[in-house]
Amino acid sequence: MTMIFGVPLAVFMGQITLGLVNGAFYALLSLGLAVIFGLLKIINFAHGAQYMLGAFAALLGLEYLGINYWLALLLVPLVVGAFGMVLERYLLRRIAHLDHLYGLLLTFGLALILEGTLVNFFGVSGARYPTPEVFQGGLNLGFMFLPTYRAWVLVAALAMCLFTWFMIERTRLGAYLRAGTENSQLMQAFGVNVPLLITLTYGFGVALAAFAGVLAAPLYPVSPTMGSSLLIVVFAVVVIGGMGSILGAIITGLSMGIIEGLTKVYYPEASNTVIFLVMILVLLLRPVGLFGKEA
Amino acid sequence: MADSQSLSQTPSEAFSKTSAVLERQRRAKIRRNLFYLALVVVGLVAPFVAYPVFLMKVLCFALFASAFNLLLGYAGLLSFGHAAFLATGGYITGYLLASYPGLTPELGIIAGTLVATVVGVVFGVLSIRRQGIYFAMVTLALAQLVYFVYIQAPFTGGEDGLHGVPRGELFGFINLSNSLAMYYFVFAIFIFGFAVIQRTVHSPYGQVMKAIRENEPRAVSLGYNTDAYKLVAFVLSAALAGLAGSTKTVVFQLASLTDAHWHMSGEVILMTLLGGVGTLLGPITGAGIVVSLQHVLGQSPLGNWVSVILGIIFVVCVLSFRSGIIGELARMYNKNFK
Amino acid sequence: MTFIKKTLTTSIALAAASTFAVSAAQAQMSDDEVRIGYLADMSGTYRDLAGPGGLEAMQMAIEDFGGSVNGAPIEVLSADDRNSADVGANTVRAWIDRDNVDMIGGLVASSVSIAVTKVVEENDGLAIVSGSAASSITNEHCTPNHIHYVYDTYPLANGTAKAVVEQGGDTWFMLTADYAFGHALEGDVTKVVEENGGEIVGTIRHPFPTNDFSSYILQAQGSGAKIVGLANAGSDTVNAITTASQFGLTQSGQQLAGLLIFLNDVHALGLQATQNLLLTTGWYWDMDDQAREWSDRYFDRVGARPTMVQAGIYSSTMHYLKAVDAAGTDDPEVVRAQMAEEPINDFFARNGQIREDGRMIHDMYLAQVKTPEESTGEWDLYEILSTIPAEEAYRPLSESQCDLVQN
Repeated sequence: MTMIFGVPLAVFMGQITLGLVNGAFYALLSLGLAVIFGLLKIINFAHGAQYMLGAFAALLGLEYLGINYWLALLLVPLVVGAFGMVLERYLLRRIAHLDHLYGLLLTFGLALILEGTLVNFFGVSGARYPTPEVFQGGLNLGFMFLPTYRAWVLVAALAMCLFTWFMIERTRLGAYLRAGTENSQLMQAFGVNVPLLITLTYGFGVALAAFAGVLAAPLYPVSPTMGSSLLIVVFAVVVIGGMGSILGAIITGLSMGIIEGLTKVYYPEASNTVIFLVMILVLLLRPVGLFGKEA
Repeated sequence: MADSQSLSQTPSEAFSKTSAVLERQRRAKIRRNLFYLALVVVGLVAPFVAYPVFLMKVLCFALFASAFNLLLGYAGLLSFGHAAFLATGGYITGYLLASYPGLTPELGIIAGTLVATVVGVVFGVLSIRRQGIYFAMVTLALAQLVYFVYIQAPFTGGEDGLHGVPRGELFGFINLSNSLAMYYFVFAIFIFGFAVIQRTVHSPYGQVMKAIRENEPRAVSLGYNTDAYKLVAFVLSAALAGLAGSTKTVVFQLASLTDAHWHMSGEVILMTLLGGVGTLLGPITGAGIVVSLQHVLGQSPLGNWVSVILGIIFVVCVLSFRSGIIGELARMYNKNFK
Repeated sequence: MTFIKKTLTTSIALAAASTFAVSAAQAQMSDDEVRIGYLADMSGTYRDLAGPGGLEAMQMAIEDFGGSVNGAPIEVLSADDRNSADVGANTVRAWIDRDNVDMIGGLVASSVSIAVTKVVEENDGLAIVSGSAASSITNEHCTPNHIHYVYDTYPLANGTAKAVVEQGGDTWFMLTADYAFGHALEGDVTKVVEENGGEIVGTIRHPFPTNDFSSYILQAQGSGAKIVGLANAGSDTVNAITTASQFGLTQSGQQLAGLLIFLNDVHALGLQATQNLLLTTGWYWDMDDQAREWSDRYFDRVGARPTMVQAGIYSSTMHYLKAVDAAGTDDPEVVRAQMAEEPINDFFARNGQIREDGRMIHDMYLAQVKTPEESTGEWDLYEILSTIPAEEAYRPLSESQCDLVQN
């Protein structure tokens, strides 16, 4: 049997595949953070809570309204995104002129409210969202048994990442967005409705988080606290990659997933901390982040 | 503007004006000192009126919040990882006092504070490489790393926590199991920490800090090594947070993961924000309110809603109460009495 | 302060007794009320294990007892410890100092329970720990002022491991949470498995908490062990079980052994993911008529079936009140002795007895989670396979490190 650093090749390949699945979530979430940061210049601390809302909306939709998985994948990001737009319009906008740290604090407060409220209604044990019928079972990849649903998560998340990249880099709306990131006052002068653009951008970032939440629902127990711990890891990923580019966020997310996956084989004790250690290394060697622009 | 005006005045006019200003400053200083004195008296009498253990908790968190405020209020740096210092101080002090029965509490507290200071240096060196929002994220991530280390490290007792820390005998002869003795010891530590912060803020160093907060490029162009200044502020803040954690462990005779969790970093921000960022009394007021609130709510039917209520206070503070209670009071005072 | 207050209350009570000739029994109650403090996690991880349901169970016990004991009304105070040891310790300190609380019940997170028992010992109070898992609570952390009621990790790990090996599951792969608690659990299991002729073929220590178990499950599958033992708790156990079911672990011939899993976890996970899981429990709502009868009453009030912890809170509160009644005082030392005197046999405990280390030992049960086909309803989750006698289930006193035990 071929061995890689003392581990059979099959196991090695399997871990990379699983690492990619986790990395896809990191990529989706850090992408959403980067999109929001680009125009609003705030770090959305409620991102984890919005991811959790996505999973909960899917679960409750299935239970009470009979909305199936596919419909949820489409509707939930729209609904949660709209909720995000309301938050932007009526709360975040009021402090947009202030130091951006206030935005961070405001979204932190929102995250506490959202999580705490759901804990009171649903407890924290977590509920199960059934795996959609078509994705029951698994694929035999030769080197591992991969549950079909995980394969789908990888495909769907990557497709969404590429779609976002395309939207921002290749469409007219994306061009406005990029221009707004550079100089929003000039955009305003050219007659672009910048406040509306900001609202839409925030909504889109939130929708990405909710999309990730729906994808995660059948994988992990749906619980009110599912987002907060994940978010801190995503923050580290964002610091590693820098929020300068869309592709950078995607690549960093995926590679951190792989690094974490391999740690689980070679030294599982450190698998929770490895991403933070990488972050320290990056801060020492390249403080602006791998894809960050020099200030 | 004031300078150019005084230049155009005759020397005698300028002199009388200066002396008037000096007189006013002197009076303000006396007023301030009287006010501090009144607070000290309140602190000395308090344990006879209120429950001492509760007061000690408030004092520990007031010191913690004041340490945090030194960084946010006077250096403009938002740390989301201050729980790491609180917990480090607590765990080190707790571990030493529990394992070496001969050690007196003050030595345990000094050791805990020193280790927290070292952790502060490491955090500081790493995090001041990034600014603003990145700074917050880096400190949060580093604190999370510390949290994971404390879960796994054998000496912390993991989720069970570190228990049975003896209060011991201060300097070897004052028995701290007496609530009053313990209270006055904590109060003395608090006064010490507060005095350090007060001196720092009003020192020339503190003035440079404020200049950096207001306009960093300007401070750089004036020849200040702003990173070094920020690092010193960060380390000082970490040390005092560690002191608060160490003291807290001696009071409650335990150290647990709650202190290392990121919720704790959030709570200290809330205390400072609610009381008033950049005011000396704000963090103390905020700590008192948040601790009382948790205490009262925890035993009421609203007990399950503590974190929601804290979240709402957060949002309200940020939206329309940004100068906090002390900031608003100061504004009212200035408006009506000056 | 406390001393003054207590003396004052006593002298007032004495004055009252002499003036109004109150019955002798009443004069021996510390004040004219019995106050019970319920401290538990009401909003966090362990909410569903004890939480508000446990408080309801405690109130049921007080109502069933008649609302007063020795003529003194019974009052309940409750607080959320938010799983924080210092919140818990402070609350209890204030309860004892200021509110004259006579007994502290509930107590879930082990860190909180250990902190609380230290406070209770210092202040000469009484605590009954119902929800905690750590067996250290009546081992190295034992005090003369508390009782550990429902279960601990020792019978859970031992009962399950022994039964599994006896059924032929002799090769084990351990998934251990990498902190003190997980290590202790792993140690207990390893000992039992090896003593019974089994073998541990591999161990992974995963960080706590872990969200994604897929990598570890894959490694467990590759190990070829018959049994995958979960030496973790709470959300880690839940996540591991979910992931194992997604990777078809049980279909490929391996079996999971949950060492610390409760009714509410199985209910939340669903039978699809947990079917055939072996576990040890202190009580099950559907195990006999007595249990069912009480559970029905509980269900009518709460809308969910009780966990063993919630049932244990009722049983321990009842046992406490009976002891106060019999002793005619709420003095902690006397009541504690009275409680130990009386064996416990009710809908919850069989052959129950409180040992000198404070451990309440009683019969435990080996259970298997039903398959979705076998289950007849939302809460029809376990099948009881066998009874583990009280004496065998718990850590023998001969192995105890507790100071109260003479070895």
